Amino acid sequence: MNDTPYGKIVADGLWYNNAALVQLLGLCPLLAISGTVVNALGLGLATTLTLIASNVSVSFIRNWVRPEIRIPIYVLIIASVVTAIELAMNAYFHELYLVLGIFIPLIVTNCAIIGRAEAFASKHTIPKAFVDGLIMGIGFTLVLVALGAMREAIGQGTLFDQAHLMFGEAARGLTVTLIEDYRGFLLAILPPGAFIGLGLLLAMKNLVDDRLEKRAARRAEALREARA
Amino acid sequence: MLREIYLTTALLAAFGLVGAGLVALVHMGTAERIEANREAATLARLHDILPDGEYDNEIINDTTVLSHALLGGGNHLVYRARLADEPVAAVFSVTARGGYSGDIHLLVGVRADGRVAGVRVVSHRETPGLGDDIEADRSDWILGFDDLELGNPPVERWAVQRDGGIFDQFTGATITPRAVVRAVRDTLIYFDTHREQVFEPMPVDDTDEEAHTDE
Repeated sequence: MNDTPYGKIVADGLWYNNAALVQLLGLCPLLAISGTVVNALGLGLATTLTLIASNVSVSFIRNWVRPEIRIPIYVLIIASVVTAIELAMNAYFHELYLVLGIFIPLIVTNCAIIGRAEAFASKHTIPKAFVDGLIMGIGFTLVLVALGAMREAIGQGTLFDQAHLMFGEAARGLTVTLIEDYRGFLLAILPPGAFIGLGLLLAMKNLVDDRLEKRAARRAEALREARA
Repeated sequence: MLREIYLTTALLAAFGLVGAGLVALVHMGTAERIEANREAATLARLHDILPDGEYDNEIINDTTVLSHALLGGGNHLVYRARLADEPVAAVFSVTARGGYSGDIHLLVGVRADGRVAGVRVVSHRETPGLGDDIEADRSDWILGFDDLELGNPPVERWAVQRDGGIFDQFTGATITPRAVVRAVRDTLIYFDTHREQVFEPMPVDDTDEEAHTDE
């Protein structure tokens, strides 16, 4: 089962099997924490780190674990990793930790993580599991950040607001005010905005996929005609 | 068959141990820093309310726990600021009941003469864009309490304008400022009637850890 080439892992993680856009996993944090770019980036990075650590550990032990108890063991691994990350964030990114709050421990329940452990890491070598975790995490983070940027720009007219929570005091200047004296558009910040935003992103992805497919079909058609 | 079960159990237990061990190690490595962060965050907030020069005691350790309906019920941690052992101000952590969505946690600083030193929101779940103007980062509204006291304005004017008071409400959000104004007023009333209790020195054998559990 070690035949998945790296190129396919990357393409799948970022696009064709994107955790958020295609598998639709981990929607709870995706919808709740995508209010601003900085929050989205923080949670995305924490999730990526968890994915990498859990994928590597699951792959490392894949030959010893008995199938009957594999799920509880995956849960144990993921829970320990997340708790360790939570403590580390509390220690080194305290302000951001306060903002993300309950959603860090909730990474444990992000189905994308146990899904990758079961579907990929338990059947592949450590390097491949590592790459899969990294790319799946990046794919998830990109969607989070895109949704966060959308909601922040429409909702409060800024980008990278409160960047200092993540990058330190020097990053206060990173905040981009798109529209001066913007009154704000409440719907985008509230939970319905998250659902609508995700819906738009999904529609956009399907649209692009559709176009690509049609173009490929046309090219194949042209090729056939040229041959004939 | 039995051997299988033993083996599986042992394996599961081993993973449990490794997992718990990892968490314990990280906890040991970070506990000190986390505690320091928490203290720094509290100190930074206290500093917003009371500038450093006004007191010379270790405010973060000079605390007492008070319980009264006027403070929002339950236990409330109070930080006492002193200069040469004379009371300068008390910073109450109070709970404003009746916010638009749940309780609003505030720090209310009261000077020894009864004037407000400052008010800051610690945590809330009010509607973003409407109710969150109570945050000092988002608007100056909360600074409007500075230097007011119970007689200034008179007690019945300690309310939002819609209720006949002097404090602005926000467009589309009256409930949030109303809850905050009421909490600040009640704190001042409590301070007025319980002044001795607030500045009572800490009992000598008081354990700091217990006083901090409210945070």
